[in-house]
Amino acid sequence: MNYFHEGIVWLNDPLNWTNPGGLLERLQEHLVISLWAVLLGCAIGWPLGIWLGHRGRGGGAVITVANLTLALPTLALLTILPLTPLGFGKPPVVVALAVFAVPPLLANAYTGLRQIDPETREAARGMGLSGGQVLRQVELPLSVPYLAAGLRTAAVQVVATAALAAFVNGGGLGEIISAGFGIGMSNGGGGQIVAGGIVVAGLALLVEGILALVQRLVTPRPLRTRRRRRPSAAAPAA
Amino acid sequence: MSFLSRAPAPAWPLAAPADDGPGNPWFSWRYVHDNADEILSALQFHAGLTARAVIIALIVALPLAVVAYWWRPLTGPILALSGVLYTIPSLALLALIAPAVGTTRDTSVLIALVLYALLVLVRNALAGLTQVPGEVRDAAAGMGYGRFGRLVRIELPLALPGILTGLRLATVSTVALVTVGSLIGQGGLGDMILGGFRNNFYKAEILTGAILCVALALVLDLALAGIGRLLTPWTRERRS
Repeated sequence: MNYFHEGIVWLNDPLNWTNPGGLLERLQEHLVISLWAVLLGCAIGWPLGIWLGHRGRGGGAVITVANLTLALPTLALLTILPLTPLGFGKPPVVVALAVFAVPPLLANAYTGLRQIDPETREAARGMGLSGGQVLRQVELPLSVPYLAAGLRTAAVQVVATAALAAFVNGGGLGEIISAGFGIGMSNGGGGQIVAGGIVVAGLALLVEGILALVQRLVTPRPLRTRRRRRPSAAAPAA
Repeated sequence: MSFLSRAPAPAWPLAAPADDGPGNPWFSWRYVHDNADEILSALQFHAGLTARAVIIALIVALPLAVVAYWWRPLTGPILALSGVLYTIPSLALLALIAPAVGTTRDTSVLIALVLYALLVLVRNALAGLTQVPGEVRDAAAGMGYGRFGRLVRIELPLALPGILTGLRLATVSTVALVTVGSLIGQGGLGDMILGGFRNNFYKAEILTGAILCVALALVLDLALAGIGRLLTPWTRERRS
């Protein structure tokens, strides 16, 4: 607990927050990188997932993509992308993080559209709606909870892995931790390492909490109650 | 077509391992050949750390899943706790553990990996256990099985597909996560990747590490899938 105490002491020094390269600056970098990565991921994952789900095919491809990215180390992409024409700095980091944001967004968008009762879709068709109208007026509203769940998973993952950008000098809160290792464990770096760990962990949990709330808010009330009832309906069977 | 003609066909590395051409190639058989010992030891370290982490996580996760299964009120807290552990970024977890445990050995990486693999294993094992049909459970109780005997002889074998799914997911993500250990120089192939980056962006070292990492994940995944097929022959019969 000694190091933990040192970490708290480090966090209590206002200069550590306001210095150049301090917590506030790193936090801002971290959030900007994460935001761009999530936006890029959404721009790719959602249209693709919605289109595949609407067409009702490509499920196998979605699962394969999700499993393949699981095996790909973030560190590998973070180190390889700066050596491509993307260049050094923020762009390769954003792209690398977006690659890991796409699978949850894609898979959830696909599932969201596939879980809709086929009869609902048939009814919409029978009422004379065209394919695009079915998508916009029926399928998308019904899959909002899944889209929100995908966004939550992806955003939390991006915020968490953005800390690794420090390995390639990409900025973000991870820099605090690696700078602590640079100072050295015995020279007072231990406190800074722990402090960085606390802040990164706290940020991830905070984003998770906020997006869980957002997910609840954007879910229409009827869908909300149905989702809540599902676990209790499973309980008597078990 | 001009970019195709610029790369002469005989320069394929398989044919001429000695000549990699000038500059900084993405892949070099010469590098692999010259550093075979180093690469093998990194691969060995990586695989060993993965195996230890997954086995320890399984030993911890199975009892947790059984506890959550037997005492329903505990399901929520157990899943929530492992969910929080899963949400904490691996780097932060390592930063919190490493100063206390020390960086000269891989113990801190091991602890972080185990905590990370827990959620996937617990959730899938629990899903497997709750999927055991109620009639099967009743039949087992009617045959005179006690709570423990029923668990060992009936419920755990029937939950094997779920447990194995969790094991595969945990193994694959652990292989990728070990690389984060390079923060303290205990990352196996991750050390190679980061070492190449720091060593004047030596692409061959980076890509060799990355390829071996993905390959290790795929090989372990396939091996576990094969073991799963052998252990659960009934799922195969049902499908055919």
